[in-house]
Amino acid sequence: MSESASNPMREAIASAISENPVILFMKGTPEAPACGFSARTVAVLEALDQPFAAVNILPDPAIRQELSAVSGWPTIPQLFVDGELVGGCDIITEMFQSGELQKLLGVDAAGAGEPEPAAAVDAAPLSIENLL
Amino acid sequence: MSSVSVSPDELKDRIEAAIPGTLADVSGDGHHFEAKVEGPAFAGLSRIAQHKLVYDVFGAELGDRIHALSLKITPTEAR
Repeated sequence: MSESASNPMREAIASAISENPVILFMKGTPEAPACGFSARTVAVLEALDQPFAAVNILPDPAIRQELSAVSGWPTIPQLFVDGELVGGCDIITEMFQSGELQKLLGVDAAGAGEPEPAAAVDAAPLSIENLL
Repeated sequence: MSSVSVSPDELKDRIEAAIPGTLADVSGDGHHFEAKVEGPAFAGLSRIAQHKLVYDVFGAELGDRIHALSLKITPTEAR
Protein backbone atom coordinates (compact mmCIF):
# COMPACT_ATOMS: atom_id res chain seq x y z
CA MET A 1 0.00 0.00 0.00
CA SER A 2 1.71 3.16 -1.17
CA GLU A 3 -0.22 5.53 1.07
CA SER A 4 1.16 3.89 4.22
CA ALA A 5 4.41 5.78 3.73
CA SER A 6 2.64 9.03 4.49
CA ASN A 7 0.54 7.53 7.26
CA PRO A 8 2.65 6.95 10.38
CA MET A 9 -0.30 5.69 12.41
CA ARG A 10 -1.23 3.06 9.87
CA GLU A 11 2.40 2.06 9.57
CA ALA A 12 2.77 1.77 13.35
CA ILE A 13 -0.31 -0.44 13.53
CA ALA A 14 0.85 -2.64 10.66
CA SER A 15 4.28 -3.15 12.21
CA ALA A 16 2.79 -3.85 15.65
CA ILE A 17 0.67 -6.56 14.02
CA SER A 18 3.61 -8.10 12.20
CA GLU A 19 6.03 -7.88 15.12
CA ASN A 20 3.82 -9.41 17.80
CA PRO A 21 2.82 -13.07 17.42
CA VAL A 22 -0.34 -12.44 19.45
CA ILE A 23 -1.72 -8.92 19.64
CA LEU A 24 -5.08 -7.66 20.84
CA PHE A 25 -6.50 -4.26 19.97
CA MET A 26 -9.02 -3.44 22.67
CA LYS A 27 -10.89 -0.76 24.55
CA GLY A 28 -8.97 -0.14 27.77
CA THR A 29 -6.15 -2.32 29.04
CA PRO A 30 -6.01 -6.00 30.01
CA GLU A 31 -5.95 -4.87 33.65
CA ALA A 32 -8.85 -2.45 33.17
CA PRO A 33 -10.93 -3.28 30.09
CA ALA A 34 -13.36 -0.49 29.18
CA CYS A 35 -15.88 -2.65 27.33
CA GLY A 36 -17.49 -6.01 28.01
CA PHE A 37 -16.41 -7.47 24.67
CA SER A 38 -12.79 -6.52 25.25
CA ALA A 39 -13.00 -7.90 28.79
CA ARG A 40 -14.35 -11.22 27.56
CA THR A 41 -11.60 -11.57 24.96
CA VAL A 42 -8.89 -10.80 27.52
CA ALA A 43 -10.44 -13.37 29.85
CA VAL A 44 -10.20 -16.06 27.15
CA LEU A 45 -6.52 -15.32 26.49
CA GLU A 46 -5.79 -15.29 30.21
CA ALA A 47 -7.66 -18.57 30.69
CA LEU A 48 -5.24 -20.09 28.18
CA ASP A 49 -2.22 -18.50 29.90
CA GLN A 50 -1.47 -16.93 26.55
CA PRO A 51 0.93 -13.98 26.66
CA PHE A 52 -0.22 -11.22 24.32
CA ALA A 53 0.56 -7.68 23.38
CA ALA A 54 -2.32 -5.26 23.89
CA VAL A 55 -3.11 -1.90 22.35
CA ASN A 56 -5.68 0.40 23.87
CA ILE A 57 -7.51 2.09 21.00
CA LEU A 58 -9.34 4.61 23.17
CA PRO A 59 -6.74 7.38 23.58
CA ASP A 60 -7.01 8.46 19.93
CA PRO A 61 -9.88 7.85 17.47
CA ALA A 62 -7.26 7.63 14.69
CA ILE A 63 -6.01 4.31 16.10
CA ARG A 64 -9.37 2.67 15.57
CA GLN A 65 -9.86 4.32 12.20
CA GLU A 66 -6.50 3.17 10.86
CA LEU A 67 -6.80 -0.27 12.45
CA SER A 68 -10.09 -0.89 10.67
CA ALA A 69 -8.54 0.37 7.43
CA VAL A 70 -5.70 -2.13 7.84
CA SER A 71 -7.85 -5.09 8.92
CA GLY A 72 -11.11 -4.44 7.09
CA TRP A 73 -12.85 -5.23 10.38
CA PRO A 74 -15.14 -2.57 11.83
CA THR A 75 -15.45 -3.52 15.49
CA ILE A 76 -13.28 -3.75 18.60
CA PRO A 77 -11.69 -5.94 19.96
CA GLN A 78 -9.56 -7.45 17.19
CA LEU A 79 -7.17 -10.31 17.79
CA PHE A 80 -4.27 -11.00 15.44
CA VAL A 81 -2.16 -14.15 15.53
CA ASP A 82 0.98 -14.35 13.39
CA GLY A 83 -0.08 -11.26 11.49
CA GLU A 84 -3.55 -12.58 10.61
CA LEU A 85 -6.85 -11.24 11.90
CA VAL A 86 -8.53 -14.05 13.83
CA GLY A 87 -11.62 -12.11 14.81
CA GLY A 88 -13.46 -10.22 17.48
CA CYS A 89 -15.10 -11.30 20.69
CA ASP A 90 -17.75 -13.59 19.12
CA ILE A 91 -15.28 -15.51 16.99
CA ILE A 92 -12.67 -15.79 19.75
CA THR A 93 -15.28 -17.09 22.18
CA GLU A 94 -16.58 -19.62 19.64
CA MET A 95 -13.08 -20.79 18.79
CA PHE A 96 -12.20 -21.10 22.47
CA GLN A 97 -15.27 -23.22 23.13
CA SER A 98 -14.57 -25.48 20.14
CA GLY A 99 -10.85 -25.84 20.91
CA GLU A 100 -9.79 -24.21 17.63
CA LEU A 101 -8.21 -21.26 19.40
CA GLN A 102 -6.07 -23.54 21.55
CA LYS A 103 -4.91 -25.27 18.37
CA LEU A 104 -4.15 -22.00 16.61
CA LEU A 105 -2.17 -20.67 19.57
CA GLY A 106 -0.45 -23.99 20.15
CA VAL A 107 -1.54 -24.19 23.77
CA ASP A 108 -2.58 -27.36 25.52
CA ALA A 109 -6.37 -27.50 25.63
CA ALA A 110 -6.14 -29.00 29.10
CA GLY A 111 -4.39 -25.87 30.28
CA ALA A 112 -1.65 -27.84 32.03
CA GLY A 113 0.82 -27.76 29.17
CA GLU A 114 4.57 -27.38 29.29
CA PRO A 115 5.81 -24.07 30.61
CA GLU A 116 5.90 -21.46 27.86
CA PRO A 117 9.20 -19.73 27.18
CA ALA A 118 8.55 -16.54 29.10
CA ALA A 119 10.45 -14.35 26.66
CA ALA A 120 8.35 -15.43 23.69
CA VAL A 121 6.11 -12.40 23.69
CA ASP A 122 6.44 -8.98 25.14
CA ALA A 123 3.19 -8.73 27.05
CA ALA A 124 3.61 -5.07 27.92
CA PRO A 125 0.94 -2.82 26.44
CA LEU A 126 2.18 -1.08 23.34
CA SER A 127 1.94 2.64 23.13
CA ILE A 128 1.01 3.38 19.55
CA GLU A 129 -0.66 6.53 20.77
CA ASN A 130 2.78 7.84 21.71
CA LEU A 131 3.90 7.77 18.11
CA LEU A 132 1.72 10.68 17.12
CA MET B 1 -21.98 9.08 18.84
CA SER B 2 -25.63 8.86 18.02
CA SER B 3 -28.11 8.26 20.79
CA VAL B 4 -31.12 7.58 18.59
CA SER B 5 -32.09 4.00 19.20
CA VAL B 6 -32.37 1.38 16.49
CA SER B 7 -35.01 -1.34 16.46
CA PRO B 8 -33.98 -5.00 16.32
CA ASP B 9 -36.56 -5.44 13.56
CA GLU B 10 -34.76 -2.92 11.39
CA LEU B 11 -31.54 -4.91 11.70
CA LYS B 12 -33.35 -8.18 10.99
CA ASP B 13 -35.03 -6.78 7.88
CA ARG B 14 -31.82 -5.28 6.54
CA ILE B 15 -29.78 -8.45 7.05
CA GLU B 16 -32.44 -10.60 5.40
CA ALA B 17 -32.86 -8.17 2.52
CA ALA B 18 -29.13 -7.79 1.87
CA ILE B 19 -28.12 -11.45 2.08
CA PRO B 20 -30.46 -13.64 0.03
CA GLY B 21 -31.87 -16.74 1.74
CA THR B 22 -30.81 -15.57 5.20
CA LEU B 23 -32.91 -15.77 8.35
CA ALA B 24 -32.04 -13.42 11.20
CA ASP B 25 -33.21 -13.40 14.79
CA VAL B 26 -32.20 -10.10 16.37
CA SER B 27 -32.65 -8.88 19.91
CA GLY B 28 -31.28 -5.79 21.57
CA ASP B 29 -31.79 -2.66 23.63
CA GLY B 30 -31.63 -0.14 20.78
CA HIS B 31 -27.83 0.20 20.92
CA HIS B 32 -26.41 -3.26 21.68
CA PHE B 33 -27.69 -6.18 19.65
CA GLU B 34 -27.37 -9.91 19.40
CA ALA B 35 -28.19 -11.59 16.13
CA LYS B 36 -28.55 -15.24 15.28
CA VAL B 37 -28.16 -15.48 11.55
CA GLU B 38 -28.39 -18.51 9.32
CA GLY B 39 -28.35 -19.05 5.60
CA PRO B 40 -26.63 -20.69 2.67
CA ALA B 41 -24.62 -17.55 1.90
CA PHE B 42 -22.28 -18.41 4.78
CA ALA B 43 -21.47 -21.96 3.70
CA GLY B 44 -17.83 -22.54 2.91
CA LEU B 45 -16.69 -19.15 4.23
CA SER B 46 -14.20 -18.58 7.03
CA ARG B 47 -15.61 -17.14 10.25
CA ILE B 48 -14.03 -13.81 9.41
CA ALA B 49 -15.72 -13.77 6.01
CA GLN B 50 -19.07 -14.83 7.51
CA HIS B 51 -19.01 -11.97 10.00
CA LYS B 52 -17.84 -9.49 7.39
CA LEU B 53 -20.80 -10.39 5.20
CA VAL B 54 -23.13 -9.21 7.97
CA TYR B 55 -20.97 -6.27 9.07
CA ASP B 56 -20.93 -5.01 5.49
CA VAL B 57 -24.72 -4.62 5.60
CA PHE B 58 -24.27 -1.83 8.15
CA GLY B 59 -20.90 -0.32 7.23
CA ALA B 60 -20.04 2.79 9.23
CA GLU B 61 -23.22 2.51 11.31
CA LEU B 62 -21.41 -0.16 13.33
CA GLY B 63 -19.81 1.40 16.36
CA ASP B 64 -21.92 4.50 15.78
CA ARG B 65 -25.70 4.21 15.79
CA ILE B 66 -25.33 0.45 16.20
CA HIS B 67 -23.00 0.41 19.17
CA ALA B 68 -22.42 -3.32 19.21
CA LEU B 69 -23.62 -6.29 17.20
CA SER B 70 -22.83 -9.72 18.54
CA LEU B 71 -23.20 -12.43 15.90
CA LYS B 72 -23.91 -16.13 15.99
CA ILE B 73 -23.75 -17.35 12.41
CA THR B 74 -24.84 -20.76 11.18
CA PRO B 75 -24.23 -21.73 7.56
CA THR B 76 -26.99 -23.84 6.03
CA GLU B 77 -27.05 -25.89 2.87
CA ALA B 78 -28.11 -24.15 -0.30
CA ARG B 79 -31.67 -24.89 -1.28
